[in-house]
Amino acid sequence: MGGEKLGWKDLEIGAVVTEPGSASAYKTGDWRSERPVRENEKCIKCGICYIYCPEACIHEDEEGYFESDLYYCKGCGICAHECPRDVIKMVEEVEE
Amino acid sequence: MIGICIYGRGGQGGVTLAELVAHAAIAEGKHAQSMPSFGPERRGAPVLAFLRVNERERIKIRAEIAEPDVLVVLDPGLLHVGDVVSRLKKDGTAVVNTKRAHDEMKSKLDVVSKLATVDAMRIANKVLGLPIVNTTMIGALIKATGIVKLESLEEPMEERFGKVAMKNIETMRKAYDETVVS
Amino acid sequence: MTKGKIVGLEGSFAVAEAVRMANADVISAYPITPQTHIVERLAEMVADGELDAEFICVESEHSAMSACVGASAAGARVFTCSAGQGLELMHEVLYIPSSMRLPVVAVVANRALSAPLSVWCDHSDAMAIRDIGWIQMFAENNQQAFDLTVCAYRVAEDKEVLFPAMVHLDGFYLSHVIEDMVMPDEEEVVGFIPEYEHPFVLDPDRPVSMGCYGPPFIYSETKKAQEVAFENTKSKILETWKEFGDVFGRHYSPVEKYRMEDARIALLTMGSSGETAMLAVEELREEGKDVGLISLRLWRPFPFKEFRDAVKDVELLVVLDRAISSGMGGPVCSEVKSALYDKRKDLNIVGFIGGLGGRDIPVKGFKYMVNRALEKVKAIERGEEIETEMIGIRE
Repeated sequence: MGGEKLGWKDLEIGAVVTEPGSASAYKTGDWRSERPVRENEKCIKCGICYIYCPEACIHEDEEGYFESDLYYCKGCGICAHECPRDVIKMVEEVEE
Repeated sequence: MIGICIYGRGGQGGVTLAELVAHAAIAEGKHAQSMPSFGPERRGAPVLAFLRVNERERIKIRAEIAEPDVLVVLDPGLLHVGDVVSRLKKDGTAVVNTKRAHDEMKSKLDVVSKLATVDAMRIANKVLGLPIVNTTMIGALIKATGIVKLESLEEPMEERFGKVAMKNIETMRKAYDETVVS
Repeated sequence: MTKGKIVGLEGSFAVAEAVRMANADVISAYPITPQTHIVERLAEMVADGELDAEFICVESEHSAMSACVGASAAGARVFTCSAGQGLELMHEVLYIPSSMRLPVVAVVANRALSAPLSVWCDHSDAMAIRDIGWIQMFAENNQQAFDLTVCAYRVAEDKEVLFPAMVHLDGFYLSHVIEDMVMPDEEEVVGFIPEYEHPFVLDPDRPVSMGCYGPPFIYSETKKAQEVAFENTKSKILETWKEFGDVFGRHYSPVEKYRMEDARIALLTMGSSGETAMLAVEELREEGKDVGLISLRLWRPFPFKEFRDAVKDVELLVVLDRAISSGMGGPVCSEVKSALYDKRKDLNIVGFIGGLGGRDIPVKGFKYMVNRALEKVKAIERGEEIETEMIGIRE
């Protein structure tokens, strides 16, 4: 993010944002209060979690299992809700 | 400045008449303004179009012509629709498409000081093969008023009508020859 | 000195000709009376190869302006036009090019707003879009419709401007009227409008984000930047008109004055009724009344300084509005009053509303307004409240 400190004279014409990738730099993982935890021994590698993730933050690893990128995962729980084998549990984030 | 009202029916080409004569006048170095009576175009409904020509000065007024110097009536049936003839200035000229004899029309329109008549429908049907009298009536208008030269219409008509321009020029010239003015 | 050829041309065709000479890349418009002839002529030009442009047919005015926004963001020179209800349907999108600083050029053939349904001229549509952040100018005749459209491209696309610009020409009174005008040489018009280059365009090699989301922490800053830039456009508009005058011999000012040198009474109009009002000024002068005429050529940004200068020796200002700001009287009258508030306590301002929905205002209509305003001044001096009068209304 950023821009909170910009003055009106700092803005480009039409408030154009010239730095590419500002959306991918944005850490939506900060929004999370619960995180997805997988028991991969039950996983059938169906990819339903991958398809349903609204943040598109789930990717396939080398063995064909799926994992969530916690930089972006907002903890919405849709993956856990949709998983046909109850592989994914939403677990409360612990205080650091 | 001369103000002309063209009274016709939607589809008879009254607006085109005003536009063609405006183009001719401008080509002669005069100032001209053609203006439709604004509105949705409906075939057959009475329609007024306006034309102003001024030899010397730019035309500034932008309003309908309340009291025309000249009234062109494209369809004789319209003489009984609305009261356009009474708008004409006292010494104004009416140019009427009619099958009636000139004297008969003259006595019918005795309030009009100068009258020009022509059987434009017969001429248009014969020359164009169509019952559209606008270009034919330009011949009558020019005979009655001398507002522009007949030749000045050739270029605007060629631009507007392309291949059929010659026939429109012919029907205009024929009407010019046949129009009776008194 | 005016160079070019005298031609008879309809106002709509004059606009189309200006767009052709400006060599627009993309045209997107939806036809609506009385703007139709402009789009028809442009579509014909594109179909006949007279103009090398993309003509994007759309299903509404909302889409027309959206297509223009996209094309302009991609770096194209664009054009659209509308009127009345069509302009209202476009309304939401009108704010986008001004805030994204895209120099879309649009022409409006001014038309009344429903109900009752009216295709005829007034300024209701123009007044409903006063706050959209576009440069807005009003044409008085077909010559000006052409000239101002040419100037609109040059101003809008100037690197120091980059705002959309709109030319208003009165529906039917100009859009459908053929009259004589000077058509300049094409090369001179082409030479007057430089190549368009926006500093930020949609280009995969130089990625930018346009029209981003503006949370409360930044929205006000973007509006401040936009407003300062918009007010600065005025000097470029003046410069462009000056250079237009040097090249083409026709001179334009934000506030046009006619017989104002010694006038104590000023009539104020916008658009096509200006020249009719000049005839009224002449007749009133013959009657011994020292009347002059002010026409607002530039409506946005509002030319405060030029307007105040124009009325500095005036004692009575008579304002004609061709629109109603419901519950507030005439919109132009309210705005000129606010422009003079605290500056001219000695000036009486009397507003009239007329010419709605295509009602003609002949010369005698303007004379009536001046004479009636003189009567109203007496009422003001007696301490009476005066109301905005609608002229030509049957009881």
